[in-house]
Amino acid sequence: MNDRAPSLMRRVLAVSMLTALILAVSIVLGISLGSTGAGADFWSWALGKSKDPVLEAIVWNIRLPRVMMAALVGAVLSLGGLVFQALLRNPLAEPYILGISGGSAVGAIIGILMGLSRFPGVSITAFAGSMATLALILMLASERSILKKDSLLLSGVMVNAFCTAVIMFLVSMTQDSRLHNIIYWLMGDLASADISQVRIIGLIVLPCVALIFGLSHAMNLLLMGKEMARTMGVNIAVVTLTLLTVTSLMVSVTVSACGLLGFVGLVIPHLLRLILGPDHRVLAPACIFGGGAYMVLCDVLARVLPQQGEMPAGVITAMIGAPLFVFLLKRSGS
Amino acid sequence: MTDALTISNLSYDYAGTPVLADVSFSTAQGEFFIIIGPNGSGKTTLMKIMAGVLRCPDHGPLIFGKALNRYGRKELARCLAFVPQSIPADFPFTVREAALMGRSPHQGILGLERDRDMEIVEQAMDFTEVRHLADRRIDQLSGGERQRVFIARAICQEPKIMLLDEPTASLDLSHQARLMDLLDKLKRDRGVTVVMVSHDLNLAAMYADRLLLLRAGKVVRIGPPDQVLTFGALEPVYGCTLLVDVSPLGNFPRITLVPERFKTLNSGGGTSK
Repeated sequence: MNDRAPSLMRRVLAVSMLTALILAVSIVLGISLGSTGAGADFWSWALGKSKDPVLEAIVWNIRLPRVMMAALVGAVLSLGGLVFQALLRNPLAEPYILGISGGSAVGAIIGILMGLSRFPGVSITAFAGSMATLALILMLASERSILKKDSLLLSGVMVNAFCTAVIMFLVSMTQDSRLHNIIYWLMGDLASADISQVRIIGLIVLPCVALIFGLSHAMNLLLMGKEMARTMGVNIAVVTLTLLTVTSLMVSVTVSACGLLGFVGLVIPHLLRLILGPDHRVLAPACIFGGGAYMVLCDVLARVLPQQGEMPAGVITAMIGAPLFVFLLKRSGS
Repeated sequence: MTDALTISNLSYDYAGTPVLADVSFSTAQGEFFIIIGPNGSGKTTLMKIMAGVLRCPDHGPLIFGKALNRYGRKELARCLAFVPQSIPADFPFTVREAALMGRSPHQGILGLERDRDMEIVEQAMDFTEVRHLADRRIDQLSGGERQRVFIARAICQEPKIMLLDEPTASLDLSHQARLMDLLDKLKRDRGVTVVMVSHDLNLAAMYADRLLLLRAGKVVRIGPPDQVLTFGALEPVYGCTLLVDVSPLGNFPRITLVPERFKTLNSGGGTSK
């Protein structure tokens, strides 16, 4: 009995360390690959056997920010998926599918067209956009029917379609040169990341992530249903509102930096739940590190697969995620 | 001794439609108190108000003499546990994990468990006879087993008052008896005040110390089973013909529903004279 007391703590630590290790390996892999100075060249530089100022500049200024950004985005989207799945009690909920990402993209584009700076201007309009879509979705799939999978997903699909239309409308109307990369950005673009941007986003995301971990046991209790959770001492209103706001904030910040990366918040929480079980206190850190690793690896594929140039990372995440979504939808229906 | 739970002059309405009107009663500590009444009489609303799920600013319940609204959330959860009408069937945790969650009002925000918590969990699983299911997932259990797990969870809160909303509604006969015996044992062994809503008048007659009969949000009668479950009180409330006699088991009433064809037979016999 005596070693029981810290068992959860030990489990959280073990899972965190293991997933963090996977993330570290993915990051090293991500940094070592690229159009120039990959493989043997990279390793001889990295181990100090040869000097290569060009490669050094590429690694520090291009690859590292990009890989770090990928890790941040993956962590945020996976954790966001986990939170939405718990709060809406719907295994298919995810920032992209719900239209939260789309809403913050609309906000971000409006911010860009207004000539605001990328930070904090565009991030704020993106946050406003995500909160507006969140409110809209919660209204459409009103209180009573929110547990029904279909109504929630349908309203998400509609909000998403509407957001895409608004984005295209804005883009066609303005012909703004600032938006010439918009198509690329819409499919998730990590290439334009720079280190100062990574630093700011990291500083915003860190407290959000800590707060969500702090509320992870409340998420467990919420799975019992609102009534029971309330009579077990959970302040439903405060917990729900905090989680929704914090999640929307970090999602919108990453969307305004890298565009729309779909299904990450679906794939990672489901995979981890399959391996680790349903406890959110274990899943939250696992989603942070595991989601980061997954996104870094997807980005590696996006850079390595094409013969020339690269493709948006969102292509890869959607090609893996969408079939899984269909599979889960089919299984949850039976 | 202060009463465990007191309601005085409580009225409640949903968006203008009155559901409860001027309800007053109190339950003594260690009492088995069952609320009965037809559909739509306000039983579930009353239950939710007592559990603190629905808040009413004035005339709210007193728990051990102190207004419910003045309890902290966790403080209330250590005093009062609630088993709602609908318990989740898709709850993905194991029986032991679910029972352990009942300890959360006694724990910090992350719910890190101590030895004492695990002892209480094992005891609660023994008490509710779900120990052999400890490592099974709740979504693989039958309705009766699941109901007992969520009661084990409530017991882990170590409450002085246990509220249950129609816990026997979807159970077969043997599970009904098991569950009622369990609640009776909870009252006898641990002195817990049990307050529940039931549709089953015969179960209520057999187990309750006192009954509250509710109709259209108003109290019709409060008292021991033989005073509440009378032909005169029940027929107008339920609007159907009932036969009330004394149970062969003991000194409490037995209620039998009288089907239509017996009614015509009887009245036919009556007029043929």
